Amino acid sequence: MIKFVIMVNQQGQTRLSKYYEPVELSKRAALEAVAVRCCLSRGKHQCSFVEYKDFKLVYRQYAALYVVVGVSDSENELSIYELIQNFVEVLDKYFSRVSELDIMFNLDSVHIILDEMIQNGHIVETNKSRILAPLTAIDKMADG
Amino acid sequence: MPAVSKGDGMRGLAVFISDIRNCKSKEAEIKRINKELANIRSKFKGDKALDGYSKKKYVCKLLFIFLLGHDIDFGHMEAVNLLSSNKYTEKQIGYLFISVLVNSNSELIRLINNAIKNDLSSRNPTFMCLALHCIANVGSREMAEAFASEIPRILVAGDTMDSVKQSAALCLLRLYKTSPDLVLMGEWTSRVVHLLNDQHMGVVTAAISLITCLSQKNPDEFKTCVSLAVSRLSRIVSSASTDLQDYTYYFVPAPWLSCKLLRLLQCYPPPEDGAVKGRLVECLETILNKAQEPPKSKKVQHSNAKNAILFEAISLIIHYDSEPNLLVRACNQLGQFLQHRETNLRYLALESMCTLASSEFSHEAVKTHIETVINALKTERDVSVRQRAADLLYAMCDRSNAKQIVAEMLSYLETADYSIREEMVLKVAILAEKYAVDYSWYVDTILNLIRIAGDYVSEEVWYRVIQIVINRDDVQGYAAKTVFEALQAPACHENMVKVGGYILGEFGNLIAGDPRSSPLVQFNLLHSKFHLCSVPTRALLLSAYIKFINLFPETKATIQEVLRCDSQIRNSDVELQQRAVEYLKLSSIASTDVLATVLEEMPPFPERESSILAKLKKKKGPGAVSVTELEDSKRESGELNGAGERGPDPSVMAASNASTPSPSADLLGIRSAAPVSNAPASAGSLLVDVFSEAGPAASSGAVNDDGFLSSAPPSEDPAPPLSEAEELLNKFVCKNNGVLFENQLLQIGIKSEYRQNLGRMYLFYGNKTSVQFASFTTTVSCPGELQSHLNVQSKPVEPLVEGGAQIQQVLNIECLTDFSDAPLLNIKFRYGGALQNLTLKLPVTINKFFQPTEMASQDFFQRWKQLSQPQQEAQKIFKANHSMDTEVIKAKLLGLGMALLDNVDPNPENYVCAGVIQTKSQQVGCLLRLEPNAQAQMYRLTLRCSKDSVSKRLCELLAQQF
Repeated sequence: MIKFVIMVNQQGQTRLSKYYEPVELSKRAALEAVAVRCCLSRGKHQCSFVEYKDFKLVYRQYAALYVVVGVSDSENELSIYELIQNFVEVLDKYFSRVSELDIMFNLDSVHIILDEMIQNGHIVETNKSRILAPLTAIDKMADG
Repeated sequence: MPAVSKGDGMRGLAVFISDIRNCKSKEAEIKRINKELANIRSKFKGDKALDGYSKKKYVCKLLFIFLLGHDIDFGHMEAVNLLSSNKYTEKQIGYLFISVLVNSNSELIRLINNAIKNDLSSRNPTFMCLALHCIANVGSREMAEAFASEIPRILVAGDTMDSVKQSAALCLLRLYKTSPDLVLMGEWTSRVVHLLNDQHMGVVTAAISLITCLSQKNPDEFKTCVSLAVSRLSRIVSSASTDLQDYTYYFVPAPWLSCKLLRLLQCYPPPEDGAVKGRLVECLETILNKAQEPPKSKKVQHSNAKNAILFEAISLIIHYDSEPNLLVRACNQLGQFLQHRETNLRYLALESMCTLASSEFSHEAVKTHIETVINALKTERDVSVRQRAADLLYAMCDRSNAKQIVAEMLSYLETADYSIREEMVLKVAILAEKYAVDYSWYVDTILNLIRIAGDYVSEEVWYRVIQIVINRDDVQGYAAKTVFEALQAPACHENMVKVGGYILGEFGNLIAGDPRSSPLVQFNLLHSKFHLCSVPTRALLLSAYIKFINLFPETKATIQEVLRCDSQIRNSDVELQQRAVEYLKLSSIASTDVLATVLEEMPPFPERESSILAKLKKKKGPGAVSVTELEDSKRESGELNGAGERGPDPSVMAASNASTPSPSADLLGIRSAAPVSNAPASAGSLLVDVFSEAGPAASSGAVNDDGFLSSAPPSEDPAPPLSEAEELLNKFVCKNNGVLFENQLLQIGIKSEYRQNLGRMYLFYGNKTSVQFASFTTTVSCPGELQSHLNVQSKPVEPLVEGGAQIQQVLNIECLTDFSDAPLLNIKFRYGGALQNLTLKLPVTINKFFQPTEMASQDFFQRWKQLSQPQQEAQKIFKANHSMDTEVIKAKLLGLGMALLDNVDPNPENYVCAGVIQTKSQQVGCLLRLEPNAQAQMYRLTLRCSKDSVSKRLCELLAQQF
């Protein structure tokens, strides 16, 4: 299962974090720091899967932003790798060319999107328009 | 900001975030955050009631602050209030706050539960989804109690919206994980399984996670999911790339769902139904074929999605391990990936091939890729890929290629990354031992290992080489010659000095004929390293020196000179000083005969599983090595020294009592304070033995002074049971005869036999000293409740036990009803005037009254189902403490007294047993199932008995045995 999803920038600032297993606040910072260091220290030719303690990190870089997903042993690495891509594509569709700022200023929307895609550590929806359905509904309400 | 983000709706939030971003330092950021927290707090506490919009804004700010790593200790109440808002946006932010910030033991759960209850009954699908998300995220026990019965109904109801079904499935999964006892699937099972047929792909995606988890727990009940999963998979795999519309990802139909389906199938053995199986094999073949087709898109997303399915399919093929044709095709496909330009694929191919190597059908096919893998080990630029390559080499190694692989691994070690060196060293050591045809190759390999990566060679590795050299006399001369040559190097690793010292001390005579390695040359060579070594190594070398005196009398004067010099005999380290003094004295006063006896060549070590292997398994285990594991490995290294298993060897204990525990002893990982290392340990103890024979009075005096056994107060009351009594008891669960207890004075042996509910036990008390034991009395008692459960009668014994003599006592045992505690055996006697008083637990355990019961598979499962009340079952999942060898496990289960049933469990790895416990008042039927997991080194043990206390007790007893 998926243990957490985090988004961090190259300066190591967390932009999004969602945990599907309880992790203490103090340990989150440490974990996020390790994840960033681990991703930053790796080059393009290195593989996108890193073993860390008893789980694996799957990461993908988008400009200065990294999306890091912690998964248990039983998860298919490539499918998680593409799940990240799908997530970012959904963000891109919603924000039309997503940037780090969009994520910061619209944290609640990003959370809604993520909640539509992953619940409780499991993939629940992969269809882009269905993922965006609740958000579009909200926006319609606000407009109308 | 893009038009779509409604940032203008919350200006305050945007300003705050910008402020934070403009902070130049961490301090400034913290200051700004504290200001904001104070502001929000005052707003919340203020008299003016906040409107929904402001509450939302502040909660958003708190979320952002939390994300930056600051604890939030207020605002929860406001978030709960938002839940009851009728505006979707406000409700949504309230739920978001709660799912991110509230943990499952919060006091607010009751209030949250109320809000959830309202939303669930609102029939508004968006509200229902929010509520279900929240349960899935928080998932506390209280929530499970409130909603566990409600959710399955929502999940399978015909009129539930698809999106609600999806949330309900994941929500139920969460509740099942936190409180399995509350989620009763019984009546829902078949309808949940049929969600696999749902028209909506999203519902299937969500449901499959739930079904996978439930199948792992109750495979039998969910068996029907196999055929449904196969047909679903078949429909997806055979669909055109555009059929599934929005679920097609870069021309790949439903990749995530396909992976999940394939993963679900891995919970089960291959389908028995021929048609289903045929269809599945067809699917797998199609997936393998697609890998060869030209890609429909050049985008990497396309090939990644396709390969995700491919790897999952290969995992399934490996899991079934029954289709040679598919296995070989999988292997060839992975072989192609080994040379792919994508690092990710190479990594995954290596990883997947590693499991493929252990299948008998594909082992040979994997071996054909050896050159590629060796090349990967040498040229890959990513350490994690190299690590996988090393793993694969290890997995594909057999007798035919061992020399090549070991040589490659050795040469890789010189440049290997520090992070994987130790593991590599262990692997090389294991392969060298496992596939050694001639042991001179083995010795060469290990010495090379020490030369190349001495720092990473753990004790287990060099203990092992010594153990093997001592046990095989054909290699001793070669070993002596090789270490002698290795020691010639001007700078050699300390581990090399240890091995060299030990081997030359034992077998230096085998090469002493050659003038180039005459005794004095050998000694000078060793001694030239002496001063550069740490204390434990020096201690070992001193023992090697005294062995030299025995082997080569001509070196006696030189060595005595060395021992006599101030730096030895007055060394500040107690251990070194004591050795120097004792060895010097020994060499000057003992006759050659005595010397030859004391310093005799080491006897062969008992054969046992390599402790290196155990260590490697541990390294592979999750997480860092914990303290208990460290202790375990210490114990193992103790066993390697031949001391561990013999337990408290009297002479070793005497030796350790006589000498002060020194830190060097601990370093070598021998429990208590046994003198350093292998040879010295036994040499030292022999030493004391010789002395104690010369003057038993002195030695026994020493024992008493040391307060041995005097931990028990010298009163007439029976002492409390020894701390290790429980451990001793556990040793006898699966056997009836053996030594129950031993110390310097006394040995107690046991022989017992049981029939129905009766037993007879013979106790043998042996006096190990040469002095008489006076007023020897033994009492057997059944403390507390046990009295009414067990009846033990004993005859009194002779009050005098002569030195060296043994007396016997017979006990008659009757089991009245089932019991948990063990009867106590108290022994009192006077030895040299001092009262000895010790209490042990008698190894009478409930399983001794088992009658084995043979039954067929059908009967077994019928009875198993009959014993289905929760309290009748006891289950434990535990780490293996002993070898997981099949024969060993079988022997233990037979020793337990139950019938071991073959061909009952569908999984041949598992063991099932049946038996009846005979007590006077009733008979208790018991069924046992033991499921080993060799990979994780774990067991799951399940017991079902017609009486709950019996299940519990048996489970406790047995968990210690494996």
